Amino acid sequence: MQLISVFDVIGPNMIGPSSSHTAGALRIALMARKIVDKPIKDVTFILYGSFARTYHGHGTDRALLAGILGYDTEDKRIRESFRYAQEAGITFRFQPDTQETDVHPNTARILITDADGDLHNIMGESVGGGKARIREVDGLEVDINGDMPTMIIVHHDEPGVIARITDRLYLENINIAFIDLSRKNRNGEAVVVMELDSPVEEDVIRRLKKVPAVRKVIMLEF
Amino acid sequence: MIQFYTAAQLLSLCKDMNIPISEAMTLREIDLMETNLETIKRRMAHSWDIMKEAVREGREGGFRSMGGLIGGEAAKMKTHREEAGAVCGDMVSKAASYAMGVLEVNASMGLIVAAPTAGSSGVIPGVFCALQETYGFADEQMVEALMNAGAIGYLAMQNATVAGAEGGCQAEIGVAAAMAASAAVELMGGTPEQSLSAAGGTLATMLGLVCDPIGGLVEAPCQKRNATGAANALVNAEMALSGVQTLIPFDEMLQVMYRVGRSIPYELRETALGGIASAPTACELCKNGAACKK
Repeated sequence: MQLISVFDVIGPNMIGPSSSHTAGALRIALMARKIVDKPIKDVTFILYGSFARTYHGHGTDRALLAGILGYDTEDKRIRESFRYAQEAGITFRFQPDTQETDVHPNTARILITDADGDLHNIMGESVGGGKARIREVDGLEVDINGDMPTMIIVHHDEPGVIARITDRLYLENINIAFIDLSRKNRNGEAVVVMELDSPVEEDVIRRLKKVPAVRKVIMLEF
Repeated sequence: MIQFYTAAQLLSLCKDMNIPISEAMTLREIDLMETNLETIKRRMAHSWDIMKEAVREGREGGFRSMGGLIGGEAAKMKTHREEAGAVCGDMVSKAASYAMGVLEVNASMGLIVAAPTAGSSGVIPGVFCALQETYGFADEQMVEALMNAGAIGYLAMQNATVAGAEGGCQAEIGVAAAMAASAAVELMGGTPEQSLSAAGGTLATMLGLVCDPIGGLVEAPCQKRNATGAANALVNAEMALSGVQTLIPFDEMLQVMYRVGRSIPYELRETALGGIASAPTACELCKNGAACKK
């Protein structure tokens, strides 16, 4: 079991009304925003389970949009996130899906179009107490909770890619706490998610992007 | 290394080092979380500021909840207390109404501190602000008292649960009230034993409370249960400070609460499928409630 801090008990500080339906929902969208890592033009939120049934009364919709805008769970602008999104030129819509039952009760799928017109498909779950995890990025299965500095590397599945990446991190004296691999198919697109004991400098990320077969490097920090 | 997993270990730590529960929890945090006293004090003072601001906002009233089921109740109680006099005395009336106000702030997407959850976020600010107004405690003392409350909540998270979906309302507002009771005892000069006795007594008197929010929203009956949770905390603190003991040790009481929680039917654990949520009037109030589509 993870160590419980006094601030896990007296906290989080958050905009109400619900840690799972408001703060946790915001965390899903905030992680999605960081994964996309480009200006966002258009968002569709598909809501499942309890999110689909009670999203309005819990402000889940406003919280999700606030996450897309990059607000944290304490930000008083959450209540007015619809207006701020409109001002930022972001178009958005919410689609509750009450038919699908084979999902975690508090799940959101977020379809994002960025400024370059590229489409991103990210799915996350709110797992209680304001905590959330991302479970899918563009069809690839992942498990990202954002508690530690997290590096996501999308690459072409071929021998030696992981070795080249970890070698780079070793040279920078960065310790990997947790590593998880997933791929669509052999020789197809693959993703490696690493939780690190320390954050990574910009120039290290630039060098990792030059590693052969690496397509995308995303660093998540909260 | 300062660490404790049970109330018994916490008590012997307090005895050996001759320190209050708040200090034991502070030392644990410093040892285990790679932090320091300054950072802890600053962060907890920020949480206390948010709590006080939520009480102030709630007392003024004038807002409506997202679900439209609550709003303005704390202001009504303030008016009655000031104009007609409080039937339960100023102290309890304030604690209860402040707790209600924080739930109004929470339900209208205002800023609160989940303590331990958003649904139970009114209890500690309610009790704490009423105590501070009545006895004139300094903010630093209130911040220390939050560490005491944190110790009780930590023991509940470590050994049982604070999630309504797992343990019902007794695990959320019950634990929040136990935290407030223990902290109130320390503030009023009681011993660590008396703090744990007050916390255990609170759990015992809220045992079995189900979680059945109308429409699945954190509004009703959550708001009133925060109010009575605050009153319960003060009554149990009073008993403990008077030397009235809780017969069952706190560690055992947590296990009792946990076992009872897991035997509460699924319909009465935050699903809005039973209890008050399924009363005909509740269904009329919220046309989208889960229980009402059956």
